[in-house]
Order: sequence, then C-alpha cells, then structure tokens
Amino acid sequence: MAFLDITGVRKAYGPNTVVHHVDLAIERGEFVSFLGPSGCGKTTTLRMVAGFETPSAGRVVIDGKDVTPLRPNQRNIGMVFQAYALFPNMTVAENVGFGLKVAGKPPAEIAPRVEEMLRLIKLPQLGGRYPYQLSGGQQQRVALARALAIKPKILLLDEPLSALDAKIRVSLREEIRAVQRQLGITTIYVTHDQEEALSMSDRIVVMNEGRIEQIGTPFEIYNFPRTRFVASFVGTLNLLEATVAPGGGRLEIDGQPVIARDGINGAAPGTSLTVALRPEAITITDAGGDRNRLAGTVEEVSFLGSVIRIRVRFRDNAVSLDTFNDPAIAPPERGKPVTVSFAHGDVHVLGAA
Amino acid sequence: MKRSTVGPWIAFGLGALYFLIPLIATFEFSLRMRRGTYSFDAYAVVFADPRFQASFSYSVLLALITIVLGVMLVVPTAYFIRLRLPKLAPLVEFITLLPLVIPAIVIVFGYLRLYNSSSWLPFTSNARATDLLLAFGYVTLALPYMYRAVDTGMRAIDVRTLTEAAESLGASWATILFRVIFPNVKVAILSGAFITFAVVMGEFTFASLLDRPAFGPYLQLIGANRAYEPAALAIIAFLVTWACMGLLQLVLAGARVARQR
Ligand SMILES: Nc1ncnc2c1ncn2[C@@H]1O[C@H](COP(=O)(O)OP(=O)(O)OP(=O)(O)O)[C@@H](O)[C@H]1O
Ligand SMILES: [Mg+2]
Repeated sequence: MAFLDITGVRKAYGPNTVVHHVDLAIERGEFVSFLGPSGCGKTTTLRMVAGFETPSAGRVVIDGKDVTPLRPNQRNIGMVFQAYALFPNMTVAENVGFGLKVAGKPPAEIAPRVEEMLRLIKLPQLGGRYPYQLSGGQQQRVALARALAIKPKILLLDEPLSALDAKIRVSLREEIRAVQRQLGITTIYVTHDQEEALSMSDRIVVMNEGRIEQIGTPFEIYNFPRTRFVASFVGTLNLLEATVAPGGGRLEIDGQPVIARDGINGAAPGTSLTVALRPEAITITDAGGDRNRLAGTVEEVSFLGSVIRIRVRFRDNAVSLDTFNDPAIAPPERGKPVTVSFAHGDVHVLGAA
Repeated sequence: MKRSTVGPWIAFGLGALYFLIPLIATFEFSLRMRRGTYSFDAYAVVFADPRFQASFSYSVLLALITIVLGVMLVVPTAYFIRLRLPKLAPLVEFITLLPLVIPAIVIVFGYLRLYNSSSWLPFTSNARATDLLLAFGYVTLALPYMYRAVDTGMRAIDVRTLTEAAESLGASWATILFRVIFPNVKVAILSGAFITFAVVMGEFTFASLLDRPAFGPYLQLIGANRAYEPAALAIIAFLVTWACMGLLQLVLAGARVARQR
C-alpha cells in the first residue's frame, strides 16, 4: 500500500462531473505533479486530498488511514496557495508559528521551530516583518514555511508560482524542490506549466477533462506519450496524419512510406492513424543508415538564437524541427526542397485519428 | 485655457451656508441665557441636570450593547455568506436595507403588538426586558450601516483562502473567526461601531414609544419646555456625533497609513 492512496475518486457538482474516477498511488517522499489545461480538475482533485471538497465517490487514504470523512483541520496537511494567503494581521514569525500555536504548543517550542523554518527558506532576518512588507517571492516562501512548520504528512501546492514573474519562478521552483528533498516530504504540485512539471517532478500525472491521461516519470511522459492529448499538451510535438499502407504493417504519410518500430497494433489497411514525432528526433542533415525519410519543402525558418526552428511541409502534413545554429552553415532557404529523416523508433503511433 | 472655478465655489459656499447658518445661530442662541452677555450658563444647567446625566449614560450604555450585539450578529453572518452561501448575498443585502425603508414607527408598533405583556414573548412586561427589546431594535436600525461596513472590510481580504489556509493548519471555526477574520476586519467593525453609536445617541421614536429614559426623548422633553437649554443640547448632540465621525476618520486614516508603511 502506498503512502497516499486515491481510489476511485469522483467529484460532481450537480449534474456536472468534473473529476471522473481518479486512481492514484503516491509513495512516501515522492514529488508528484498534476499537469493539465485549465479546468481539467487538478485543483478539485487536490482539494479532495486536502479535505476542502468531499468526493462524490471514492476514498483518500493517507499513511494507512482513511481520511475521507475527516475535516481539513484534522488531516495534518500542509497547503500552499496561488494567492500566498498569509495572514495580513500577523508578522512572518507569527504566520509561520500559527499552526503550532493553534495546536497548543508552548512558546518555548514554537520559537525555535519558527527560526528553523525561516532558515530553511533562507529568510532568517524577516521574522518581524508583516506580509505587505515582503515581495511576492518572499511571501510565497513564507507560505511554504508556514505549511511545513506543522510537520504535515503531505504537502500540497496549487500553482504556487503562477503569480510570480518568470525569473523568480525558475529560482523558486528549484528552491521548493530542494526543500522538499531535504525534508523528504510527500508532495503534490499542481501546475499547468509543462516545463515546471517536467523539471521538478518524480512523476507527472497528466489530466484532461477530469480524467488521468497518463502517469509517468518526466522522461516517460515527454518521450513516450500514450495518448494524443498527452502528446500535444507536453512539448512541441509534431502530430501527423498517417494511413496504413495497402497490405498492412506499414504507414504512409502524404503518400511516402514510414516505418514505426513498435508496429501499428494490427490496424487494417486504409485506417487513419495519428503519429507523433518530437522536433528533436528529426534532422535535415541526413546521417545515413536505416531511417525514415520524407521529402518536402522548407515552409518557415525562425531564428531563435542558439537554435533555428525549421518548418517543413510535405503535402497535407508539416513538421517543425530544431537545428543548432552553426555560424559556418547558412540556414536553409524558404521554398527549397529538403528531405528530413528520423529513426523508426521515434515514430509514436497514437491511435485512430 | 483655465477653467473657471467660480461656479463650483459658489455651489460649495451655498451648501456650507445651508449647513452652517442654523448651526451658528443655534450656538449663538445657546450662549444668550444670561441677559446682555454671552455665557455657557445653558450648558452648565444642562450638565447639572440629573436627567441629562441619566439619559445620556443610559443611551451610551445602550449604544455599547447595540454595538456588541450587532458585531456578534453581523460578522459571522457576513463571513458565512461570503464563504458558504454567496448565492444568498443579494437577499441578505436586501434584508439589511429594510430598516432604511420601513419607518421606525412601523417597526416599533410591530414590536408592541408582537411582544406586549399578553403575548408569547412579553418583552414589554418589565423595564429590563424592554431595554433588551430596545437594544434589539437598535441593532436592526444600525444593520444597514454595520453590515455594509463589515462586508466591505471582508471584500478587502481574501476570506475564503485565508480560511482555508488556517483550516489546513489545524484551526477550528472559532479560532479562524477570532484570530484571523476579526483582526483583519477590525477597522471595518470600528467604523460600523461609530455609526451605530451616532444612530443610537440620536434615536427618538423607539425609545419614546417603548417609554425608555433615553437621550432622544430627553432632548424632545427639554425642547418642548425650555428656551436656551435645547439649543445647548443640540450643540452637544451635534458634537457627540461629530466626534464619532472624527474618530471614524482617524481610524480609517490610521489603517491606511499602517497599510502603506
Ligand atoms: N464549486 C464549484 N461548482 C461547480 N463547478 C465547479 C466548482 N469548482 C470547480 N468547478 C468546475 O470544475 C472544473 C474543474 O475545476 P478545477 O478548479 O479543478 O480546474 P483546474 O484544473 O484547477 O483549472 P485551473 O488550471 O484553471 O486552475 C471546472 O470546469 C470548474 O468550472
Ligand atoms: Mg486550479
């Protein structure tokens, strides 16, 4: 049995089911992200773990204990909100110590713990300040310290960085991850930013329309998306319409043959399938060997600095690919014919289009 | 081209005169008790009158009770409406506005019918119970101001997220209300309290018809029977109200400064 077990959890508001049958097991100390577009039910699922929403069906078990009927204040969970939610009437130290004070701990025990937490988030000097005297990034770090001070069983973060500007977002996400590793605390992190999820998580749960689309490590999710949705939501994937060639077993894209190493699940000839290709799997400089090759024309060339993004059109389909900017080689010109190539193993068949 | 400010100044001047002339005239009149010279005799008489002291302190006490009852009623109501039943907000807002629409005399006649000495709840059967009924009535009268002040205060903080943050840290409802919500709407509560105080100090209809020795009926009594003292009383009542408003401004300004610091 895993540390956190979410079993058959569903949530409906009146006639609208916003979370359908979610099953998820999270191990102790794991950092798991919920990734998905707006409105897919990430927050709702997280709030059911926290106890702010009651599941319409299913159970939430933490450390062997069924917490489904418990109120949020009985679950011992640390929560960090997008809007910081520091108590404006209390100083930083009072905010961090709030949970301990509520639990009836003596001041002699609270003070050192608050100090320890402030050192953990690298703001040991700011205990006496009020929230309005802090920057957004500092406020969110204090919110993290406040959530961790009570030694919660699980840490829940709902888009904690989305109110901050890009630079702080990157440094703070590294800091959150470092603190999480240091304490070994089981964490669920909600985000709609794929870069955030990919860079921070042990595992990612990709959600769409209230369902889990795929659960896997960032490597698995990025390289082996199992559904069309995951493929299109994570990364800048190329999606191509292919048909099964006459005779079966092979594919055709705009009339040109393509082989998928993993096969096509015995789809009948003439069937339309969607095929996914990572931009970084495609090259225009032919390395030779046994690869798929598609001839097309250069449609668009965008100079992105260290990388040049090239768009190649075949007939109905087009792909984007990235090449490194090599000052010695001029980038291809628009309208020129090119042949792109990619390994058989890089062709991912996503199912019927 | 510079716009002329003469028009606005004239309008402002007329408004100020409309307000100031009666006030100055009343004040001037209140100083004329001693023949041929200005003096504060009328004030001395008023302050020395035991009925003034009694009715004034009675009304102050009643105002304080009204404030406490009103805060206890309004803060949790506004809080739970915001948190749990936002759909009911328009209804509650409408209800809290009713005391401005329904004349006090209608309300008090309703009270007398409902709570007379032969009714189920004979509030008017003895003086203490009637005092309580009067306080309840004042809570109703002050409701529009108190509710609006508190609700505005709650709008300024993110009540829902603060509540959830406190809850996830293990806080109970009572703890959340007293440690998190109350301190953060303190200024709003105070401003509601000052308005309530001013309303109660000047109220006449309820106190008179329920026959309680409040400041309002005393004002009326003196006004009907004396010459100079009513003018002095009017100025005193005005100053009390004005002091309330001044304190209100001070509190609000203090809160603004604190927030900017
Ligand atoms: N209290 C509610 N009543 C009715 N519907 C709700 C309620 N809360 C959420 N929903 C609906 O449930 C769906 C999922 O909402 P949720 O907040 O979980 O999405 P999310 O994945 O967190 O999105 P975002 O990235 O925008 O935060 C949405 O369609 C939303 O409209
Ligand atoms: Mg959300």
